[in-house]
Amino acid sequence: MDIYSKEIMKHFRHPRNVGKMRDYDGIGKAGNLYCGDLMWLYIKVGKDKQGKEIIKQASFSTLGCAVAIANTSLLTTMIKRKTLKEAMKITKEDLIKKLGGVPLFKIHCSLLAVDALTEAIYNYLSKTKKSIPEKLREKHQRIEKQRKEIERRYKEGIKIDENLHKERK
Amino acid sequence: MKKNKRIYLDYAATTPLAPETLKEMLPYLKKDFGNSSSIHWFGQKAQEGLDKARERVSQFLNCSFSEVIFTGSATEANNLVIFGVVKDYQVKAHRKGKIKPHIITTKIEHHAVLEPCRELEKEGVEITYLPVDKEGLIKISDLEKAIKENTLLVSIMYANNEIGTIQPIAEIGKLIKKLNLRYKLRAPSYKIYFHTDAVQAVNYLDCDVKKLGVDLLTLSAHKIYGPKGVGALYIKSGTPITPLIYGGGHEGGLRSGTENVAGIVGLGAAIAQVSSFKFQVSRISKLRNKLIDGILKKISGTKLNGSREKRLANNVNISITGAEGESMVIALDQEGIAVSTGSACSSRSLEPSHVLLALGLSPKEAHGSLRLTLGRYTTEKEVDRVLEVLPKVVQMLRKISPFK
Repeated sequence: MDIYSKEIMKHFRHPRNVGKMRDYDGIGKAGNLYCGDLMWLYIKVGKDKQGKEIIKQASFSTLGCAVAIANTSLLTTMIKRKTLKEAMKITKEDLIKKLGGVPLFKIHCSLLAVDALTEAIYNYLSKTKKSIPEKLREKHQRIEKQRKEIERRYKEGIKIDENLHKERK
Repeated sequence: MKKNKRIYLDYAATTPLAPETLKEMLPYLKKDFGNSSSIHWFGQKAQEGLDKARERVSQFLNCSFSEVIFTGSATEANNLVIFGVVKDYQVKAHRKGKIKPHIITTKIEHHAVLEPCRELEKEGVEITYLPVDKEGLIKISDLEKAIKENTLLVSIMYANNEIGTIQPIAEIGKLIKKLNLRYKLRAPSYKIYFHTDAVQAVNYLDCDVKKLGVDLLTLSAHKIYGPKGVGALYIKSGTPITPLIYGGGHEGGLRSGTENVAGIVGLGAAIAQVSSFKFQVSRISKLRNKLIDGILKKISGTKLNGSREKRLANNVNISITGAEGESMVIALDQEGIAVSTGSACSSRSLEPSHVLLALGLSPKEAHGSLRLTLGRYTTEKEVDRVLEVLPKVVQMLRKISPFK
């Protein structure tokens, strides 16, 4: 009897695309050590036949729980060969569905993976001075704000309540 | 996990029911099903079971028969202590003009003590949470300094469930006795009551309440190879306490509700066996040492949490850098090894262990913590297997980790 689904255990036992990428085009850091997992996601960007920018490679490293590992492993397989636009459309719900469901208190782990990808794409676009879609900018600001808020709360010894995670939608 | 038998190293979470204990319980789940409040044969048969269990618990604690009550859990017993003693005081203080009571506890108590304290704090009761040093020990001088005119209750756990640190309960008992004598001359009605949560201690430490100098002591059946859903509370005769549950007046009026006869019989049987398994303590502590030394030697970036000397014979708690606790637990579980962690990722509250943070560990170290607790049925072979598997698990997770 395992606590998690078969699909989660599959990715956890044999995570795909593990490790730091040296020549990455974008890096996304999400989560924080105060309240849990830390996730780093790397992307390498290239062009497809039509000349659209696609994610050629993706990898991750994490100090995270089994569900965080499984989510990011899955996400890195999903975004390969996808255009940046397509990749940005992936939601935590998509991941949860593909993983065969996660316990309620682990939903934020799926968000962690999506956040790391958002940050990686944002990092790439801003580094290459490309135009950043308004929606992506908003997401980036939300992630930044929440990270600072969690750090502030932690430092002030305030209980990091579930609400904070609920807000992260 | 196919070939090898599953290895259980989470005895601090719960223990398996001992076959001897089950045997004593069974008649009360079958033919002797009576309600102990009934005066007929069936009722009296159940009453006999309760009496025997109460006798056994009181013998173990070296107290009198009527000083033991049974509850539905140790959590309930702790709640009864915290709320019950304060409530009784408030009712009496109300008559004399209000004085705000003060409770002293520690930062590393079990949630079953901490949460009732936080509830009372909201109602204006003063609470002092004593800090601990890096080994998890409180300083007696800190406690002495914290005691005030309105201190009503001191609640300090005997041994910690996460790191196994053993507090100097008898010494604290002596201090409180001394202070009570001193204050008695000034204010005859003044008294500090001393409670200890001994849930993790019963298997390994002397729980003679007279030697400890406690007024209240909590214990649990399922941590001592008894059934779940049964706790017991020692209440020294004369300790003012008000019930939380009212009804038919069971358990001396302090805990109404028809007694869980089979469960209580199980607690009695389990506690009677503790002394006959005392010879196991040195065997278990040898295995524990082997496990601690083995992990520290075989895996780099590891450190023992808690005290090496003042430690429960069965507790191992280690922080491992570059590996997250929940992942380690899941990976070990895949190998058939059951352990636990203080990582936030394994708790629904998403907070790392308050005990590990109180020791001064960083959140990162707390996330990488692993608790292995041994017991009566742990074998050396099992310890060897853990020492073989754990390094591999850590290596696998460190490959994924941005920190090594």
